[in-house]
Amino acid sequence: MKRVQFEHSAIPYMFIAPQIIIIAVFFLWPAAQAVYQSFLLEDAFGLSSQFVWFKNYFDTIGSTSWLQAAGFTIVFSTLVTILSLAIALLLAVKANEVIRGARTYKTLLMWAYAIAPPVAGLMGNLMFHPLIGDLYKFMNTIGFDFDHKLDPYDAGFVVVLISVWKQVSVNFIFFLSGLQGIPKSVNEAALMDEKSSFRRFWTITFPLLAPTTFFLMVINITYAFFETFGIIDTTTRGAPGGATTTLVFKVFQDGFRGADIGGSSAQSVVLMLMVLGLTVIQFRFIERKVHY
Amino acid sequence: MKFDWHTVSTHIILILGAIFMTFPVWVAFMTSTHAPETILREGLQLLPGGHFFETYNEVLFVEGGVMKKVTAMQMTKNSLILGIGFAIGKVVISMLAAYAIVYFRFRLAAPLFWVIFMTLLLPLEVRIIPSYKVVADLGLLDTHTGLIIPLIASATGTFFFRQFFRSVPEELLEAARLDGAGAWRFFIDILVPLSKTMIAAILIIMFVVGWNQYLWPLIMTTKEENYTLVIGIKQIYQVIAEGGELPQFQKAFALTILATLPPVLVVLIFQNWFVKGLVESEK
Repeated sequence: MKRVQFEHSAIPYMFIAPQIIIIAVFFLWPAAQAVYQSFLLEDAFGLSSQFVWFKNYFDTIGSTSWLQAAGFTIVFSTLVTILSLAIALLLAVKANEVIRGARTYKTLLMWAYAIAPPVAGLMGNLMFHPLIGDLYKFMNTIGFDFDHKLDPYDAGFVVVLISVWKQVSVNFIFFLSGLQGIPKSVNEAALMDEKSSFRRFWTITFPLLAPTTFFLMVINITYAFFETFGIIDTTTRGAPGGATTTLVFKVFQDGFRGADIGGSSAQSVVLMLMVLGLTVIQFRFIERKVHY
Repeated sequence: MKFDWHTVSTHIILILGAIFMTFPVWVAFMTSTHAPETILREGLQLLPGGHFFETYNEVLFVEGGVMKKVTAMQMTKNSLILGIGFAIGKVVISMLAAYAIVYFRFRLAAPLFWVIFMTLLLPLEVRIIPSYKVVADLGLLDTHTGLIIPLIASATGTFFFRQFFRSVPEELLEAARLDGAGAWRFFIDILVPLSKTMIAAILIIMFVVGWNQYLWPLIMTTKEENYTLVIGIKQIYQVIAEGGELPQFQKAFALTILATLPPVLVVLIFQNWFVKGLVESEK
């Protein structure tokens, strides 16, 4: 808040109105609808509906397919987050050390940020295409009986690989800017105290990057939950047998393809609560960062 | 001179990383320049082939070349409208809202700020079906308005400008008021010019974000002439998945390249602004 402010009655409302109106119509209203519909059971023709309390929640969330999707989402998010953070951190540390070609490396490592997840998905899909995909052939040549159309683990591998590939650049940008924010004097002092660059990294640099890492973890989990929809929709589509279906993909599938509005809405509400949880964690952390 | 293993290993890791990040796109581009028979016979290609002009011409300009009717040129136009419309809309709306929040004392300031904040809890994916219904009820399916407006109201831009406006020295407003400048004057003549770099950075990020939208345009557009390039990706995926006599792999690859090129160019050309905007806006 500014100390000096305008004092008007109507003008601030005019400035803030466009955003508030759009939010009300396209955010709050649909979200309220989702909550409301999650308590309704519609008949097959959508003609009448009945208030059923938490039945939709028990039915869908207790179902094996939802539990399977939840299990996959957890494993998938964990793998994508850890792998893309680890690769990005390694590359950022090296890109920060290097003198010759620093800018070229930086550009080559960050540019994939601009590629849309479904585009990455289709590219990966073609690389693994049984007819032409060299990666598909390669996996079979080195001795795997690789078939991502039939084997759930192979399908999971494909989705994780593409999702990690797509996310490395964002993490790289943030890690590099975090590293560049560490004062030179700290690095010089560390250089005198600790000869091993490996130990220097883990005892000095990494703790200083902790805020960045934590922030990126939240970003990456959100990415793995929501934005990977485009990757899954252009690669496995949740197959085989729902083995690579994430929770978000399931909301879409049940709601649009399956026309199960109540169940899909109940899943949406559960996802909203998950995002709420993530946001709370993020903000508690940001508060702590302020007191640093 | 001692051989510096550390520097060498650093370069090796960075080169491997750069290859990992660029190789798929390189292969996609090279393969797109070959004939479908060659691709089917020999697989993915590492070197350019002789069909660049033929394939891209057909994809970009010939009706029925890639979709049933719509050309990639038309899809590029739709993508540009979405990317630019989204970026400008987002900047305008969030600057105005942030201005009200930072520079005015009004009764509903706190609750309205929370309303804006709540949009962070409501990603499109969790309210997808009711959102679709609202837009359909308003008769906005297959329109630019219906495509862009629901996307621009989320809080990220507002938070960013709020943060930036707070860092603007207070003396400026005091001086402006002494000179008799009103709220609108101060905004247009002082705040907007001061925010130029920030506006540019946010425009770049938001153009990329808008261009890359997938789920919303997917359910919003039913007519082929409204497809964006990213939605075209989904269609060509289906065509490839269904097979056929001679799968048009080169066209699928060409479409991924066309969908990738504009946002990549924007990011490369405005690299410094882009990085600044990204790192600052997420704080």
